[in-house]
Amino acid sequence: MSTETTEVHAEHGEHDGMSKKRIIKVALILSAITCVEFIIALFLVPKGIIPGNVANPIYIVLTLFKAFYIVAYFMHLKFERMSLIFAIIVPILFIIGLILVLTNESHHWIDLRL
Amino acid sequence: MSTTAVSPIDEVKSTPWSGGRSPFNVEYGKMMMWFFLLSDAFTFSSLLISYGALRFSAAAWPDASLVFQSVPGLIEHGAPLVFVGIMTFILILSSVTMVLAVEAGHRNAKKEVIWWMIATVIGGFMFLGCQALEWNHLHSEGFWWSSIPNAETLKEFFRNGVSYHDQALSAHQFANLFFTITGFHGFHVFTGVLINIIITVNVLLGTYEKRGSYLMIEKVGLYWHFVDLVWVFVFTFFYLV
Repeated sequence: MSTETTEVHAEHGEHDGMSKKRIIKVALILSAITCVEFIIALFLVPKGIIPGNVANPIYIVLTLFKAFYIVAYFMHLKFERMSLIFAIIVPILFIIGLILVLTNESHHWIDLRL
Repeated sequence: MSTTAVSPIDEVKSTPWSGGRSPFNVEYGKMMMWFFLLSDAFTFSSLLISYGALRFSAAAWPDASLVFQSVPGLIEHGAPLVFVGIMTFILILSSVTMVLAVEAGHRNAKKEVIWWMIATVIGGFMFLGCQALEWNHLHSEGFWWSSIPNAETLKEFFRNGVSYHDQALSAHQFANLFFTITGFHGFHVFTGVLINIIITVNVLLGTYEKRGSYLMIEKVGLYWHFVDLVWVFVFTFFYLV
């Protein structure tokens, strides 16, 4: 019985972990990443410093970083139990499967049109 | 605990995976919100992935920095990404005010919750207003569901020279996908604003104060952050890539 109460307390402590300071820190990280994306799109690519086909994967990686910060901190998933984290994250793997299948398929569509 | 002998089979199970208590340790409504959002994530993914597949297989695609280069009412040309940048920051900021409302809810600070919720609702309305201007601008150029600008205007949206047939084909796909995906996202923002208003009224009426917990704020917060999350992807794939 005593172990259960301490566990509840520990979890409650983590709930308070999203303090104002941390919220502002995450907000600044999100804004900074967005600013980096703008700098790439408005200055680095038009001036030819970064070619477009290199910029695209950079955008996607930065977007995934933003998604991580929103889901982990704003949506509080990082502080939930491991079982809930897995229940949400593992099904997302199916989406990766769909991406792989359809990018492959779209290359085939090009050949069909020619 | 008691000294009477209990066989191992008759012992009350209390560990998470043996039926004693939920292995997820979250309130029912919050867990259902998570699973709803997971299903919504699948819907948005399938829309965005089909967009990607059509774009990959197209000979040319309208260049985002040529299509979206105006700030409605201020600058007509030559300001790519500025307006959508404003929209992105509005949505990020309203997400921040939402977490602040959740944080205030943990402390049972009713007044703070109300103010942060009102700020979130205002952010949502500002985003919807910008979205309406953006749609109106594209519509005035000739884009709409299954309708594209005339050949003369259309040429300006492509960087590399391809035949008119290819331009018209991908412009049709672009128009349909853009209005469908941003429309579906905009509908989510709209319902999110409605839900936020309802919850704010409930806070004002003292519903959650009587209940003793502001968990409801957390649940609508999840939805609102999800809307922001989807916009992050829409922004990247329609405006940057």
